[in-house]
Amino acid sequence: MDKVLMKGNEAIAEAAIRANCRHFFGYPITPQTEISAYMAKRMSKVGGTFLQAESEVAAINMVYGAAGAGVRVMTSSSSPGISLKMEGLSYIAGADLPCVIVNIVRAGPGLGGIQPAQSDYFQAVKGGGHGDYRMIVIAPSSIQETVDCTIDAFDLADKYRMPVMLMGDGMLGQMMEPVSFPEVKTDHLPKKDWATTGTKMKRKANIINSLYIHPEELEEVILKREEKYNTIYETEVKYHTEGLENADVVLVAYGTTARIAKAAIALAKQNGIKAGLIRPITLWPFPTDIIAKTAPNVKCMISVEMSTGQMVEDIRLAVNGVCPVHFYGRTGGAVPTPTAIFEQIRRYA
Amino acid sequence: MTREILFAGFGGQGILFCGKVMSYLGLVSGLEVSWLPSYGPEMRGGTANCHVIVSNDAVGSPIINNPTDLIVMNLPSFDKFENTVSPGGNIIIDSSLISKKTSRNDVNAHYIPATQMANEMGVPKLANMIMLGKLISVLAAVSLDQVKEALEKSVPPSKKELIEVNLKAIQAGYNFNSDI
Amino acid sequence: MMETIFERPKALADVPFHYCPGCTHGIVHRLIAEVIDELGIEGDTIGVAPVGCAVFAYNYFNCDMQEAAHGRAPAVATGIKRANPENIIFTYQGDGDLAAIGTAETVHAATRSENITIIFLNNAIYGMTGGQMAPTSLVGQVTQTTPYGRKVEMQGYPIRMSEMLATLEGSSFIKRCSVDSIKNINDTRASIKKAFQCQIDKKGFSMVEVLSTCPTNWGLSPAESMDWLRDNMMPYYPLGVYKDVTGGDR
Ligand SMILES: Cc1ncc(C[n+]2csc(CCOP(=O)(O)OP(=O)(O)O)c2C)c(N)n1
Ligand code: SF4
Repeated sequence: MDKVLMKGNEAIAEAAIRANCRHFFGYPITPQTEISAYMAKRMSKVGGTFLQAESEVAAINMVYGAAGAGVRVMTSSSSPGISLKMEGLSYIAGADLPCVIVNIVRAGPGLGGIQPAQSDYFQAVKGGGHGDYRMIVIAPSSIQETVDCTIDAFDLADKYRMPVMLMGDGMLGQMMEPVSFPEVKTDHLPKKDWATTGTKMKRKANIINSLYIHPEELEEVILKREEKYNTIYETEVKYHTEGLENADVVLVAYGTTARIAKAAIALAKQNGIKAGLIRPITLWPFPTDIIAKTAPNVKCMISVEMSTGQMVEDIRLAVNGVCPVHFYGRTGGAVPTPTAIFEQIRRYA
Repeated sequence: MTREILFAGFGGQGILFCGKVMSYLGLVSGLEVSWLPSYGPEMRGGTANCHVIVSNDAVGSPIINNPTDLIVMNLPSFDKFENTVSPGGNIIIDSSLISKKTSRNDVNAHYIPATQMANEMGVPKLANMIMLGKLISVLAAVSLDQVKEALEKSVPPSKKELIEVNLKAIQAGYNFNSDI
Repeated sequence: MMETIFERPKALADVPFHYCPGCTHGIVHRLIAEVIDELGIEGDTIGVAPVGCAVFAYNYFNCDMQEAAHGRAPAVATGIKRANPENIIFTYQGDGDLAAIGTAETVHAATRSENITIIFLNNAIYGMTGGQMAPTSLVGQVTQTTPYGRKVEMQGYPIRMSEMLATLEGSSFIKRCSVDSIKNINDTRASIKKAFQCQIDKKGFSMVEVLSTCPTNWGLSPAESMDWLRDNMMPYYPLGVYKDVTGGDR
């Protein structure tokens, strides 16, 4: 197919529609508003529903309802709005409902700013909502990957009956790159016979619920879900590596930051320093193994983030003391430059 | 080859569209491209800019700190970005809006009265395309067919009739000799 | 010597507004500041800024200010009032802030007869985020998220907040005004003053809704916007007093 230039936000919306998502519930917020605007234009043309909710709280609960009714459904927002969705997300996880949530991260806390950031990492991968639950978190780093990951996100959600978050940042949402859209197939996925579509007096009633009054019963449900999470940890980790062979310094970075890290690695090469990159694509499940395997062979790792240091904690857990793990980041909407990252490489090489 | 092109001016001058056509031009020439706009409330009536990278290799950081080429259409942007241009790079200046000359002698400056030319041509909104034409002439020889193809991809189908005038404006910029 | 006919109210900070040309936010800020001056309450007043184009209102008034999360200003105001009941608290909110995400906070502040004053700017659109549908957008109105016009079957009807809040036992003074003419601007100032007075007299919840323009996102010139306001908004949102029990006991 011919490649077209698309903004990250628009590409996500189009990819969702191609993935047969026909229900979208949103609320405007910069810098992800183009997703809603695109859905508003396109959904009615493909027989779908676009609804601007009265708030993010309402939007995520509309998602709960639609997911429980068995359709592919998505919502999107940016950091302050995602905070409001956290209650709903916990209920969605607790009721085992598949859906896709997009977070085009901006700087926080509070109103913060509208420029790109990665400071919602903890919220995304460590919980955010209450209770023992996990959410698959995918962080693409180019617009084409954003398209592919959006389609994967819907498949993973349906395969495991759980919420999947696509995490980008203001830069990825706003920038344009050439993309093409792959053919989407969904016939390999499990049937949604648990959905509330009406018994038609032919089957037992289906109930979508997260309440279990008896501790033993709730524990059993949670432990069963934990098994599912373990399977995901074993089979769904995704990452990309570059130049790990003979690298003295390995950068770990995701999303936008990984692109800038690559430019820094090229600078290092020009200066005769061997640096490599591990780029997590799934932030949960985290690529623990490759990081652990790489640690003994390198002088150190540097986590590069647009935050004050969040993913670095997971890298340290994976490395488990085998090599030093340093951190370099910019925050508040500031973006690291290739030169600044290169300075860090030089410092630790 | 990598060109890091910064387009800057006021909101409403078609700065972002100009960058988009340039990006499509890269794409139809078989190159890797990225386009990154400034965004947010500061754009309201204020300045707008976009970063376009055209390269043989995959684009790393889409942010341009030191452009190889700067296309400026207002004074605040000229003052802000003049000194960021890489040595040996190009500055293309709409001289009908910016009366200053660059103080740098390690860059190639091209002065073109794009806004005035656009007014004279009766297409006041297309000064951006005249600037783009100049950029194309400075950068490389691309064929008219490629420019047309890029325009066709940039303009939404509902505005197809605008392609021809846009092309004319690009040609006017392309043919303008700023070095005399 | 020239006579000063257009003096900056003392309660208004001496900084330039960031609003678009022709936007009515600036007028309403000014009216509030004039009322604060007239009542001599700047030292006791605490304003609560919304999330919306008026987000920087905390920079525009000289009184103490708090910035609230999107839609939560009436709850924040409640906290401030309950902490220091002698203070005069006002919130300044757009239609998205007050009538979409913050509807619950608005309704419950009113029904508690919370002794605060809300200044509600109704411009029938989300300005700050670039022109999406607001709960007050009119049927047929084209916005970024209603590209084919607001349709009743899809988005329902525009909400009339003044009328709705007036039905609540707790509300004391509710009036809808406009800033499309000198006469209406003067009336808006008087109404804001009355609302503050209602609070000073401990009569309970007061709100002044002000029909406003957003030339930028309506895609109209400032003058055309005033016409659009008169021709389209006023028929659906009639001006007038919807509740006034300030004369009796409360
Ligand atoms: C929780 C949350 N959701 C969304 C936003 C984005 N947002 C900022 S202002 C705004 C709406 C503004 O519209 P309105 O209240 O009508 O005020 P106006 O800008 O028109 O004056 C929205 C949705 C936000 N800041 N926080
Ligand atoms: S966007 Fe609209 S409401 Fe906001 S400042 Fe501009 S004109 Fe006023």
